[in-house]
Amino acid sequence: MFRTVLVANRGEIARRVLRACRALGLRTVAVYSEADRDAPHVADADRAVLLGPAPARESYLSIERIVAAAREAAADAVHPGYGFLSENWRFAEACGQAGLTFIGPSPDAIRAMGDKPEARRRMAAAGVPIVPGSAAPVADVASAERVSAEVGYPVILKAAAGGGGIGMAKVSTAAELPGAFAVAARRAQSAFASGELYVERYLQAPRHVEVQVFGDTHGSVVHLHERECSIQRRHQKLVEESPAPNLAPGTKRGLTEAAVAGARAIGYVNAGTLEFLVDADGAFYFLEMNTRLQVEHPVTEEVTRLDLVATQLRVAAGEPLPFAQDKVEQRGAAIEVRIYAEDPARNFLPSPGTITRLSLPYGEGIRLESGVVEGSAVSVHYDPLLFKLIARGTDRAQAIERLAQALDACVVEGVKTTLPLLRTVVAHADFRRGQVHTQMLEQGAFHG
Amino acid sequence: MAEEVKAHITGVVFQVTTKVGDKVAAGDPVIVLESMKMEIPVEAPRAGAIKEIRVREGQTVQEGETVAVLE
Repeated sequence: MFRTVLVANRGEIARRVLRACRALGLRTVAVYSEADRDAPHVADADRAVLLGPAPARESYLSIERIVAAAREAAADAVHPGYGFLSENWRFAEACGQAGLTFIGPSPDAIRAMGDKPEARRRMAAAGVPIVPGSAAPVADVASAERVSAEVGYPVILKAAAGGGGIGMAKVSTAAELPGAFAVAARRAQSAFASGELYVERYLQAPRHVEVQVFGDTHGSVVHLHERECSIQRRHQKLVEESPAPNLAPGTKRGLTEAAVAGARAIGYVNAGTLEFLVDADGAFYFLEMNTRLQVEHPVTEEVTRLDLVATQLRVAAGEPLPFAQDKVEQRGAAIEVRIYAEDPARNFLPSPGTITRLSLPYGEGIRLESGVVEGSAVSVHYDPLLFKLIARGTDRAQAIERLAQALDACVVEGVKTTLPLLRTVVAHADFRRGQVHTQMLEQGAFHG
Repeated sequence: MAEEVKAHITGVVFQVTTKVGDKVAAGDPVIVLESMKMEIPVEAPRAGAIKEIRVREGQTVQEGETVAVLE
């Protein structure tokens, strides 16, 4: 095992990783920007290194500065968290070249799965079902029209280099395609420095179900069951749970087998997640693979009682996975909600500011992962996630009850948050019945 | 009658998409703000010509701050 881990992130995930390092007796190093001098993650670590000014590309997105910080603090390993540089293969490679252990998969795996058409090709070759669409980025509008006619409208345009819903556009008819293509290409170019797009059939009201996988350097690959993450805004998740409610046993088996086969096919090491869309008939299609720890990893930890971050550290240090597939049980139910500094009443507009009051719930089966405290400044420069609330129960009904009570007890003042919306979701009859799909929110299911 | 175009959120100016003299329609983006990883256009409240732009790329603007003026 290494001795000193640098956590190349901020907010709740930096704190979560620092906690896991401390539990293993490792020395910890935090990094921070000028805007984050007083951030809680800085105080959590044994040592903290200033990266630079507030804008992420001059701080948390600067490979050079993070590697230099690791050298300065004599770290021997780097945990990237999620977001920022976590899925940047150049960063993983730069760590390796600097003699640092990157706590995550190989640069090759990150690169292959980060290139979405390449990921689809690799997964299809491994027998994982994929959504019908273009095998490679489409060169121009004419090719996009040809592919769309083949797979049938509606279709969705996606940035080849993208993620997080940026640059995605639904196209209902052939007439809309040229305009939508131009807009999506421009957005992709500005966000990812590549305007390449590919085309996929658009599934009506599918569910988003994903499978947590874990591989080690000794050739083992296991899954840690599924998570249901259908309730989303702008293609970003708000509510996640495990097990996925009302998932047919055959579908669940198919998903987990496909996920393990996919991860095995690329020699995957460390924690990863294969995301799938599941249609009303239980047919499922590979969406993408996230080659990092997920935001929603706590729901898996709560039902399996395994520590995913500690496992990441052990696997990165070359140890074999501490559990075999048949020992990974899914017990009870867990649900996570994300509290963002966004105004759900104004179409989720960001709500930066200062948290003037923060009162968080506690109690049986309640877990909190927070990146903020009372007095924290919520900056325009970073992701708006403030904290995550996770409720566990012996069954889903108990988890929901605990979550509803905990949500009622949350008080956040100074910034607008997604709390009112989350309370509505958790009280909603369709959510309580486990009848969820990815378009519920935009279709207005939770209005009023 | 001149009319000020005000930022409806706090953010960093990501892009100035218009210049002085440009004609805009109501709802057209005048500048684009970036806040919390989202790009949010600040739209013209009515049709008109851009008389003045008061911000530059990279600058932080507060909610309610004037970013441009319409003729």
